[in-house]
Amino acid sequence: MIEVRNLVKKYGNHLAVDHLDFKLESGKVYGFLGPNGAGKSTTMNIMTGYLGATEGQVIIGGRDILKEPEAAKKQIGYLPEQPPLYMEMTVREYLEFAADLKKIPRREREEAVEEVERLVKVKAVEERLIKNLSKGYRQRVGLAQAVLGFPDIIILDEPTVGLDPKQIIEIRELIRRLSKEHTVILSSHILAEIREVCDYILIISRGKLVASDTPENLEKMLGESDTVEIETETEPAVIEGALKNVPGIERVVVMEKTDGIIRAQIHEKKGEDVRARIFSAFAGRGLTLLTLRRLSVSLEDVFMELTQKETVPEAFIKKQKEIAASRTEEQPDVEDQDERQDSAQAEPKMEEDDPETVELRDEDGEEEGDDSSL
Amino acid sequence: MTAVYKREVRAYFQSMTGPVFIAFLLAFTGIYFVAYNLSAGYPYFSYTLSGSLIVFLVGIPLITMRSFSEERRSRTDQMLLTAPVSLFGIVMGKYLAMVTVIAIPNIIFCIYPLIIQSQGVAYLTVDYISIFVFFLLGCVYAAIGMFLSALTESQIIAFVSTFGILLVLYLWDGILSLLPSSAISGLAGVLIILALAVFYIYHMTDNVVLAGIIGLIGAAAGIIVYIVDSALYENLLSNLLGRLALANVFTDITSNSIVDVTGIALYLSIAAVFVFLTVQAVQKRRWS
Repeated sequence: MIEVRNLVKKYGNHLAVDHLDFKLESGKVYGFLGPNGAGKSTTMNIMTGYLGATEGQVIIGGRDILKEPEAAKKQIGYLPEQPPLYMEMTVREYLEFAADLKKIPRREREEAVEEVERLVKVKAVEERLIKNLSKGYRQRVGLAQAVLGFPDIIILDEPTVGLDPKQIIEIRELIRRLSKEHTVILSSHILAEIREVCDYILIISRGKLVASDTPENLEKMLGESDTVEIETETEPAVIEGALKNVPGIERVVVMEKTDGIIRAQIHEKKGEDVRARIFSAFAGRGLTLLTLRRLSVSLEDVFMELTQKETVPEAFIKKQKEIAASRTEEQPDVEDQDERQDSAQAEPKMEEDDPETVELRDEDGEEEGDDSSL
Repeated sequence: MTAVYKREVRAYFQSMTGPVFIAFLLAFTGIYFVAYNLSAGYPYFSYTLSGSLIVFLVGIPLITMRSFSEERRSRTDQMLLTAPVSLFGIVMGKYLAMVTVIAIPNIIFCIYPLIIQSQGVAYLTVDYISIFVFFLLGCVYAAIGMFLSALTESQIIAFVSTFGILLVLYLWDGILSLLPSSAISGLAGVLIILALAVFYIYHMTDNVVLAGIIGLIGAAAGIIVYIVDSALYENLLSNLLGRLALANVFTDITSNSIVDVTGIALYLSIAAVFVFLTVQAVQKRRWS
């Protein structure tokens, strides 16, 4: 559906997009996640043909955005970061112009405009000048323009910025509705939003693709946490006494006491699940447990891990490969395999001059060798 | 293209620019018409029209200044450039909208010779040709203004730079008389023009080798011609640059009733060149 091959965009000496390589299938909601200035908007601008890339190719539905721009652009609806609105037009005039620009046949134009007006709920303000609308409504009009004519691919750059919570929920619902028949690509730096609406996440940091997978898998990749947290009213010394003889525990960290409740984090040895044992140890001594739970890894952790650190954590790459490998075993899919290789290429390039990179790359080579033998 | 054209024409008349331009041009011409043709009884409308030329100096920048600079500032160019429309289509749509605005007062001007005729003798051929050439000249100026608007994000800069260039073109005859006519100064002038062209090529392509080769070959050719036959360079500058006094084609008609067909071809080609340069300027911005 959409293929981005080795995309590079340079602004002078600044590398805004650094060898981006991915493939998106139709009928899913994709999320571009990354901190501000990671290159999300630039990538989207290149994908939609607004900017030219320094290197690389973008292929939309089998058509190169540069070689057959009109055929490729016809399949895309785009809402840029700042909605491209003509302030001196009314909503209706603007949407009719957009329909005309998108070459929607004259007979269907009226109906198409009506339909998107209903969809984004701007029917009530259709006779008002865009300059007199609030930010939320402007954003909706921009969204209407992107959705108009229902192109196969809808690209939305931070669609919920500046909206109130109710509007955000409405727009999310709209995206979910659209995703039934369209490929939706949206960018955001808000994790919760991406987590909620996207089937697949591409994490971009400093112009590079650092990870791409489903939200669940991304969380899995950082590893199931090996930490169990308990809360109890017992004294620290008693806790340590109770846990001393429980097998599978690496160490116990007792945290501060608040309101008479003590929290402790228990790190397990690899491959052990000590929750049942902890419970029996406490129960055996007649001690009460207020909480006993495994700490979960959230998408936030994944995001922080990937975008804040200089290099992609080794463990993460390994895990990613394992999961990818197990997935291909389940369902050998050609596209999937490509994608995996692409992302495998993207990551080790993280820090060229870092001595660690060599190590990473070697390992990657091995891993890739393993993959191909599968 | 038609979508852009329709929107632009509508925008000219929803904002004040279109009506102001038309009203200004009509009012100015009307005063001349009353003074020359009605009061003084001079039967040529073309003469009246030559007085209105000065209105273009302010009027044309007024209608061209917004065209691309404002799109860029308000980011609406993202909508145009990501729509399934060719860049040439976008530029032509905008240009034709300007041409339409310029055409409206010129169509109204067509009534004036008939008014003269109703009072006695009129020279309709000359009058109508002069109206047509006046309109073409407006189109040339609009192409220049559109190009300058594509270079900047500020309407004000677009307006001032267009006004400045049109003013220089208007006063070109006077400036030209200051130019030296000797062969060596002709060569110097040619080299300066060459240097500007090379700089422009470098700016557009970022290719030092290409620009350098064109520069060297051009300079070598120029110097060799100078050594072989320096007489060719005498008066070259005023002959060459004299063509830039665009309004002369028009004033030849109005004051001498001479229609220079090559001049009309010159108008059309300059307009085409600037439309092309506008496309290139927008294209360039996407790649830098």
